[in-house]
Amino acid sequence: MIENKLVKKMNYSRTQIIILMLLRLVLGYHFLFEGVDKLFSQSWSSYSFLMQANWLFSDLFQSLADSQTLLAIIDFMNIWGQILIGLGLLLGLFSRWAAFSGALLLLLYYVAIPPFVEGIFFIDKNLVELFAFLIIMLFPTSHIFGIDYLINNFWSKKNA
Amino acid sequence: MPSENNNDKGKGKISRRDILKGFSTVPVLGVFAYDYWKKKALEKAKNKALQLNLGLKDESPKVLTGNSVGKSVVRIGIIGTGNRGTSLLQGAGFYESNAYKELYKRAKNNDVSAKNRIETYQNQEILNIQVIGICDIFDLHAERGLKIASRGMQPDGEPADVKGVKRYLRYQDLLANPEIDAVIISTPDFHHAQMTIDAVKAGKHVYCEKGMTMTQEELFEVYDTVKKSGIVFQLGHQYSKSETIKKAREIVGKNILGKVTLIESTTNRNSKYGAWIRHLDGNGNPKPGSLDTIDWEQWLGNTPRVPFSIERYYGWARWFAYDTGLAGQLFSHEIDAVNQIMGYGIPKTVTSSGGIYFHKEGRDMPDTFNSVLEFADKEFSMLYTASLANSRYRGRVFMGHDASMEQDAKIKIIANGDSTQYKNKIKNGLINPSIPFYNYPESNINVDGITSATEKYYAQRGLINTNVGGMNIDLTHLHLKEWIDVIRDGGTTGCNIEKAFDDTVSVLMVHKSYVEDRKVEWDPVKRKII
Repeated sequence: MIENKLVKKMNYSRTQIIILMLLRLVLGYHFLFEGVDKLFSQSWSSYSFLMQANWLFSDLFQSLADSQTLLAIIDFMNIWGQILIGLGLLLGLFSRWAAFSGALLLLLYYVAIPPFVEGIFFIDKNLVELFAFLIIMLFPTSHIFGIDYLINNFWSKKNA
Repeated sequence: MPSENNNDKGKGKISRRDILKGFSTVPVLGVFAYDYWKKKALEKAKNKALQLNLGLKDESPKVLTGNSVGKSVVRIGIIGTGNRGTSLLQGAGFYESNAYKELYKRAKNNDVSAKNRIETYQNQEILNIQVIGICDIFDLHAERGLKIASRGMQPDGEPADVKGVKRYLRYQDLLANPEIDAVIISTPDFHHAQMTIDAVKAGKHVYCEKGMTMTQEELFEVYDTVKKSGIVFQLGHQYSKSETIKKAREIVGKNILGKVTLIESTTNRNSKYGAWIRHLDGNGNPKPGSLDTIDWEQWLGNTPRVPFSIERYYGWARWFAYDTGLAGQLFSHEIDAVNQIMGYGIPKTVTSSGGIYFHKEGRDMPDTFNSVLEFADKEFSMLYTASLANSRYRGRVFMGHDASMEQDAKIKIIANGDSTQYKNKIKNGLINPSIPFYNYPESNINVDGITSATEKYYAQRGLINTNVGGMNIDLTHLHLKEWIDVIRDGGTTGCNIEKAFDDTVSVLMVHKSYVEDRKVEWDPVKRKII
């Protein structure tokens, strides 16, 4: 398994583990919070965000927003995507996939409304968080502290 | 690595240590749940606390009741079908058909502003009126008026079909037509008083555009004539129909702002058109109109004879012979809004000053103007300032001991840090004095990608309204509709002669103080500006 190879090469110091763990937890916390908050806020919809899309794919984003069905699907995937990604990172469950999905989601947000269209600076919070997710994906900690630890060592072995 | 050691030691069995490592971060979920619950509880408490204490009605904008079809037709004559006259016809339910087609085409091509305008127009009620008389001293405007009145597009998407609409060269002849029940007056301001008096004497109901009179003497004559008659009068202060005005009145009435002692109100513009330089088209060529098509003698009325001037024809507001300047043109809306909200009537004293500092092409109207209105007996001041050389948005602010209210198309209330009423709430964190604690209309959209940064962006662009449940309706339509409703069913109009009198006295005081360069006073006993 590629994942295990990568993991085996990692020899973190104690401080590195602590910092990477904390990064994983705050990212998870943030996504879980945003997802849960949207879930319980009845008026939330991705409509206005999509309608504001202003760069290369703005037509695509806006046409998505125009369809009631597609909009409902997008809202659902956004809310549950954020919740599952958040849980994944917090619990250390499939957390590399969660980090990858988080980065992908943030890339979509970034591409939809990149800061340089309205301003001159190309870095925004989405982009910074995107790279943080990539770090968590490439420097995982869930195989040390997290449910992935149990899966790697027991569940996958049983099936081998 | 620790995991391998552990696995070997346990020989495939899960030890307590493994469980601890596997579920080591689960307690964070508990922290999360507590955190989230706390946030929600605080939000709920804040909302509840504010709602209970503000006691404001949870009203959404009023929807029109239905249309007037089936009721008797009111026949109308309009004097003056220039820009404002055309807008009034639109408010009455007659949209210039070519302009409508153009707008419709743009709306079909997904032009959002065109869509909104069509939608706003379609929200109008059919008033069941006919415009059967048109009077304008400019052929082009008169012909346009004729077309709109007879074949204009109605809010239901059907063109009107009114036969025999007649053009009159003199307004006196229009007034002499017994079939006309009511007249709309939308000529330059200096004609308003005489036309209103003549119309009332001819027994017509009158909707007169703002800038009611040029002098006190005219004002009393109009007032007395209207009071003696049984006609329905409405001054064109359509702003009174704004939902936020009603809401603001409720807010002030419920003492949410505390004692209001100062009101700041402003109008800023920074374009030639905004400064009434209007005789040139987009390419810098003179707009249509000449002695062949404009009855200049009639236009001049009682004002000093001057040779025909296209500049004066389109930009008359710049000269005091034709208008009361910024007082009549822009301040009148401000005093109307303040009077609607505060109900204060006429100020005790007024001091105005200003000058022509920017637009030097020839004018009487100042481009920089300030006026202080002292309502001494009511313990409150109003400060009006205007610029025609800078369009920075400054809004209208009501400053009370406990909170400030910004009121325009929206209302924002920000608590004052030194408030008595909100002292405890500010201390408990229920109210943050640096952000509004009340917004109207309330936005129900949380714009969000992953953080809330975009919400701000959206709100700043003023797009919030497109998703709010209420309908957009033209204020001029509501104001005209009220006039028609009162003509048919009785009652009083929102800007009846009493209200119009108070507003106009304020306007005349503001103007007089500037022209005579002195403080002017209202004598309530003699009912006279001194």
